[in-house]
Amino acid sequence: MPENSVSADLQTGSDKMVEWTDFERDTIKDIFSRIEYDVVGPAALARCLVVYPWTQRYFGGFGNLYNAAAIKGNPMVSKHGTTIMHSLDRAVKNLDDIENTYTELSVLHSEKLHVDPDNFKLLADCLTIVVAAQLGKEFTGEVQAAFQKFLAVVVSSLGRQYH
Amino acid sequence: MTTLTAKDKQTVKAFWAKVSGKSEDIGADAVARMLVVYPQTKIYFSHWPDQSPNSPAARKHGITVMMGVGDAVTKIDDLKEGLKELSQLHAFTLRVDPGNFKILSHNILVVMAVMFPTDFTPEVHVSLDKFLAAVSLALSEKYR
Repeated sequence: MPENSVSADLQTGSDKMVEWTDFERDTIKDIFSRIEYDVVGPAALARCLVVYPWTQRYFGGFGNLYNAAAIKGNPMVSKHGTTIMHSLDRAVKNLDDIENTYTELSVLHSEKLHVDPDNFKLLADCLTIVVAAQLGKEFTGEVQAAFQKFLAVVVSSLGRQYH
Repeated sequence: MTTLTAKDKQTVKAFWAKVSGKSEDIGADAVARMLVVYPQTKIYFSHWPDQSPNSPAARKHGITVMMGVGDAVTKIDDLKEGLKELSQLHAFTLRVDPGNFKILSHNILVVMAVMFPTDFTPEVHVSLDKFLAAVSLALSEKYR
């Protein structure tokens, strides 16, 4: 497990389907129906760039990332954060086939963007924190477990096409 | 990776001053979440008659853990020395795999986000994350 993250590592071989309980499906859909993509996405990405500053290596073209205030106010960061949420939305709508849904995105992140897949887990942890802040007490342990399982499947699928 | 700057220490102390009044609830919630979200951690508590996340034993443990964290804040300038005895306890008696310190730290951060959404800014998050990593390292000191 990479040093900085605690999101679960999932082995999703192509012969093994991820199984979701009804509670998990309902919870994941409910979370995504309640959060504002253009608030949560930017906040999560900005938090990731502040808490794990080495992730800034992928955003050289984004301009001023000099300090936390600059990162939070950076329009390119906000736009990308929102883009990420819309991508996650596709996974929510295809819970039973996230792996295939993300094939092209995985190739993109590997071949074109050259993102270290360990970094996906760092962003996932920041997204968990932001959603926790949004939902407050409703983000119970059981809800957290379902959300983190979803993110673990997403992270695993994004890393699938690296070779 | 875990050298705390003066700013980190200041940030941690200031945030702790704000939240320490709720330290029992924070600890209880963090341990409860750990048991639910990372069920493998339950193996350390097989001696509890009731291993459910909201059991009195779990709550008591959360309180104990958070008292340790609060104590670590006062020893922030020399965690290795300050947490020497706790490290011996975890290394020789409890024998908790140090990977679990990271898991519990993550859940402490989640609880901070839930309970203090406006105060738990990214700047506070990074300093607190570094602090908890430094505490974990100090706790691992005596392991081998």
